[in-house]
Amino acid sequence: MDEFLFAFLNGEILREAWPILWQGFLYTLALSAITVPLGLLGGLILGLLSTSGPRAVRWAAAAWTDLFRAIPPLVLLVFLYAGLPFAGIDVGAWGAVAIGFFLNTGAYYGEVLRAGLGSVPRGQMEAARSTGLSHGQALAYVVLPQAVRNVLPDLVSNTLEVVKLTSIASVVALPELLFQARQAQNATYNATPIVAAAVAYFVLLWPVVRVISRLENKR
Amino acid sequence: MGGLDSFLFSFFNAKVMASYLPMIAQGLGLTVLLALLVVVAGLALGLALAVLRCLGVRPLNLLIIFVVDLFRALPPLVILVLLFFGLPAAGISVSGFAATWLSLTLVLMAFSEEIYWAGITAVPKGQWEAARSTGLTFFQALRMVVLPQALRIAIPPLTNRTIAITKGTALGSVVGVSEILGAAQSAMSFSANPTPLTMGAIAYLVLFIPVVALGRWIETRFAWKR
Repeated sequence: MDEFLFAFLNGEILREAWPILWQGFLYTLALSAITVPLGLLGGLILGLLSTSGPRAVRWAAAAWTDLFRAIPPLVLLVFLYAGLPFAGIDVGAWGAVAIGFFLNTGAYYGEVLRAGLGSVPRGQMEAARSTGLSHGQALAYVVLPQAVRNVLPDLVSNTLEVVKLTSIASVVALPELLFQARQAQNATYNATPIVAAAVAYFVLLWPVVRVISRLENKR
Repeated sequence: MGGLDSFLFSFFNAKVMASYLPMIAQGLGLTVLLALLVVVAGLALGLALAVLRCLGVRPLNLLIIFVVDLFRALPPLVILVLLFFGLPAAGISVSGFAATWLSLTLVLMAFSEEIYWAGITAVPKGQWEAARSTGLTFFQALRMVVLPQALRIAIPPLTNRTIAITKGTALGSVVGVSEILGAAQSAMSFSANPTPLTMGAIAYLVLFIPVVALGRWIETRFAWKR
C-alpha cells in the first residue's frame, strides 16, 4: 500500500510538479478556447453547404465530411506536422493543431448541425423571408437558433470530445496538460503527475458529462 | 524538380510505396485485430453493466454511473498513458498493444453502457409489466422482450460511437504499437520520405469509409419514424 501511494499519490512529487501541471492545465483551456470555435466554424460551413447548397455542393460536403470522419485525428495531425514540411510547407505545431481540428472536429460538428438544420421545417425560412428578412438574417435569427436548440445535447457532447481531443496535441509537443504531466513523470520517475493530470481532466469535464446525461435523458 | 514533381516525389513516391507496402499492410492487419478486440470486449462489457444496472441495486448503480462518467470524462490518450507508463510503477508491466486495447475497451464500455441504458429506459414500463404477467422471469423478460426493443433504439448511436472510438487505435502509435500509424511513422523515418504517411492515411480510408457509410445507412434503416 505504501509503495502504491509512493508511486501514484506522492505528495512531495505533486508539490514539485504543481507549477508546470498548472501551466499545462491553463494551456489546455486556451487550446480548447481556440479549437472549439474553429471546429464550430468548420461545422457551420459544412452544415449550411450540405443543407442549402446546390446538389453537387451538398454531395461534395457529404463526401468531405465522411473523408475527415474516416481519418483518425492523430493521423491527420502527424501528417500536417511531420509530413507537410517535406513539401516545404511548415505550419508548426500550432498550425498543425489548428488545421487538424478545423478539418476533423469541423466534420463532426458539420454532421450535428446538418441534422439540426434539417429538423427545422422549411416554412420557418419561408415565413422569415416573407417578413422582409434577408436570407442571411433569416438563417441567423430564425433557423439557426431552432436548429441549435434541437441538437443541443449532441453539440455539447461533441464539444466535450473536442476538449478531450486536445490531449493529442501532446504528440506534437505543445505543452498542454498531458505533455507537462509526461515531462514531470520523466523527470521524477514517478506516476503521480499523470494521475494528477487525469484527476484534473476529470474535475474539469465531469460536470459536462453530467449535463450531457441530463440533456440526453430529457429528450 | 518542378513543384508537382517534388510533391509527387514526397507524397506519392512509387519506389517508397513498393518497398514499404508490406509494412503498412502488416500495420493494417494489426489495426483490424486491435479494433475487433476493442469492439467485442467494449460492447459486451457495456451491455453487462447496463443489465446489472437494471437490477436496481442502488449502491451498485451509483458505482456503475461513476465508472461510466469517469471513462466518458477522461481523454483516451490520458487513460492509455496512465496504463502504459503508470502500471509498471505498480509492478505490472503491460505491452503497448494490451494497454491500447484495455484503454479503448474501457472507453467503449462506458459510452455503450450509457447508450444501452438509454435504450432500455426508452422501452415503456408496460412492456416489462406485460412480460412479467405472462409468467416470464425478470431475466426472461429482459432478454426476450425489453432488450430486443432497446437494442433497436441503441443501434444507430452505438454504431457511430463505436466507429469514433475504434479510430482511437491510432493512439497505439504513441506507446510503440506498430498499427497503421506506428508502422507509417517508422517507415517514414527509415525512408526519409512522407509517402508512408500518405499510404497510412489511404489505409485508414480503405478501412473506415465503408464503415462510416454503413453507419449512415444503419442510421436511416433503424430510425424510428417520429
